[in-house]
Amino acid sequence: MQMDIRLPIGLLFSILGVVITVFGFATKGAEIYKHSLNININIYTGICLLIFGAFMLVMAMRAHTKNKASAAK
Amino acid sequence: MKGEAMHGQIQVGAIDYSIMVIYIAFVLGIGFVLKRYMKSSKDFLESGRSIPAWITGLAFISTNLGALEVMGMGASGAKYGIATCHFYWVGAIPAMVFLGVFMMPFFYGSKARSVPEYLKLRFNEKTRGFNAFSFAIMTIFASGISMYAMATLMQILLGWDFNFSIVMSAIIVLAYTFLGGLTSAIYNEVLQFFLIVAGFVPLVFLGLKDAGGWGGVQNRLHAVATAQGFAPDAWSRSWTYMGSAGANPMGVEWFGLVFGLGFVLSFGYWCTNFLVVQRAFAANSMSAARRTPLIGAIPKMFMPILVILPGMIAVALTYQSGVSGFTLKGADGVINYNNTIPLMLGHYLPSGVLGLGLTALMASFMSGMAGNVTAFNTVWTYDIYQSYIRPGQSDKHYLRVGQIATIFGTVLSMGAAYVAASFNNIMDFLQLIFAFVNAPLFATFLLGMFWKKASGNAAFVGLLSGTIGAAVHHGLTIPGASAPLIKGGWLGVVHHYPSEMAQNFWTASFAFSICFVVTVLISLVSKANKTDEELKGLVSSLTPRIKETNVPWYLQPATLGIIVCAGAVVLNLFFW
Repeated sequence: MQMDIRLPIGLLFSILGVVITVFGFATKGAEIYKHSLNININIYTGICLLIFGAFMLVMAMRAHTKNKASAAK
Repeated sequence: MKGEAMHGQIQVGAIDYSIMVIYIAFVLGIGFVLKRYMKSSKDFLESGRSIPAWITGLAFISTNLGALEVMGMGASGAKYGIATCHFYWVGAIPAMVFLGVFMMPFFYGSKARSVPEYLKLRFNEKTRGFNAFSFAIMTIFASGISMYAMATLMQILLGWDFNFSIVMSAIIVLAYTFLGGLTSAIYNEVLQFFLIVAGFVPLVFLGLKDAGGWGGVQNRLHAVATAQGFAPDAWSRSWTYMGSAGANPMGVEWFGLVFGLGFVLSFGYWCTNFLVVQRAFAANSMSAARRTPLIGAIPKMFMPILVILPGMIAVALTYQSGVSGFTLKGADGVINYNNTIPLMLGHYLPSGVLGLGLTALMASFMSGMAGNVTAFNTVWTYDIYQSYIRPGQSDKHYLRVGQIATIFGTVLSMGAAYVAASFNNIMDFLQLIFAFVNAPLFATFLLGMFWKKASGNAAFVGLLSGTIGAAVHHGLTIPGASAPLIKGGWLGVVHHYPSEMAQNFWTASFAFSICFVVTVLISLVSKANKTDEELKGLVSSLTPRIKETNVPWYLQPATLGIIVCAGAVVLNLFFW
């Protein structure tokens, strides 16, 4: 059994999610959103990334505990 | 791309660079963690055949989703409209289903470690050698072109130094493929897949909003079509105007499209190119290997939303502008199709998400290179080194050779990138030759897997004559009003094609047919070179049907294949 890929995916997307969401809140109403039709796309994207990352992490944890349980048996 | 009008660089902030750095740190981290699993050449070059199907499935389509494809599909979406989706719904899905349902049992079951090795087991050494050498050279150049394209793009967009981009990407790719081998490449392809989705969904969302939704895009596309002398819905209907080549912007007609692209080119690519097939070989069981292309086909069907739709939005807004004033026209008023995707990224994405989009693009460039390097490794080590240079060594020796091949594969790619930078024509010329080599290959596999009388010599002569046939056809025809030589016609022009694409489709069709006929004829008059016993597991009629009793019915390849095909049919009808 090699490394579970859901772990790095989950970590990367959670970290990126937090970074982009925080940046989105910090730049609320800033000039840069003229690009994106005055929508703070950073907040929405950041939150979606975070949800996806967390989901991947949960899946990886579940698989990990299940493997441990079956190994113990 | 070089020498094109610059649209000005994108405003990139510290946050965007931080996102890139975080991504690169993860890529390298994955390599370091995987290093301790790399104990044998099988681990390094074949991932120890231990990866679950959903991962190999995503890697299967990601390898093909290099940045060149992403940018090319965006450009084609703008140039040809929704008909570009034929590259997915006609030019990929049927072949992927065929590979999973019908061909994979012989590929995976043969225990061959590479596609050329299958050719040796099924036919003979000559056929394998021909395939192995042409594939090895091709992968180096493909990886070099990817590197060159990335460096050029980074130069235009971010003002990075060309040499810096080449060296940086080579070091990163080398580091993670050297450490973690094929597994590392596959893991990064999966990462890249999700990054592309994450970076392009906001882009499509904003573009659609700017154009007033899909309805607004369609209305604007009417203006695009009429301005170029086509029927109003020529950009938003995929089949309606395929009756004749003159009625659609692609300049191809339905038969060339279905036979040339849908059958010969697509099956040749998806079913015989080791670059993608290797992902399925890495799966942890026969059943997972068969499901690999089928699982990949599901996101593949919807990929046009992310890669083709942006191009359609971009051209729609160029002809009838939206709220934000996006246009593909440069300061000189000329439409720059090739940079559709980077222009949209720069226009719509603010710092933050912009970093995500750029990282996705960078990730797909690098995984494009890594995919080629890992495929090169395997073919070099098993099919060239172990077969012709030093057979009979210990596995440790071949692991070492595989690792060293990673280094010189990357170094050769860098060389190829500089060749591409200095002689654009040489690159086009090489790609042409490889197209000739690849076009007939599917006929060889089809006959090899499903007709036990196909013999080794017949396969080799068939392949050679198919390749020569492709070259001759290219030499005798020419698209539109091009000058003879690289576009064709170097033997004298006997036929004009309406477009380059039509010429490509027909070149492939001729190559396939010639290879097929020659192989059949020679097999009929010559004696088989392998006994039935030797061909067991390699040819359909001599292999017992596999029953997958441990897999629920809805995960059976046949079930998945039917679902995927039905989905593709619905999409084709919906956008007919």
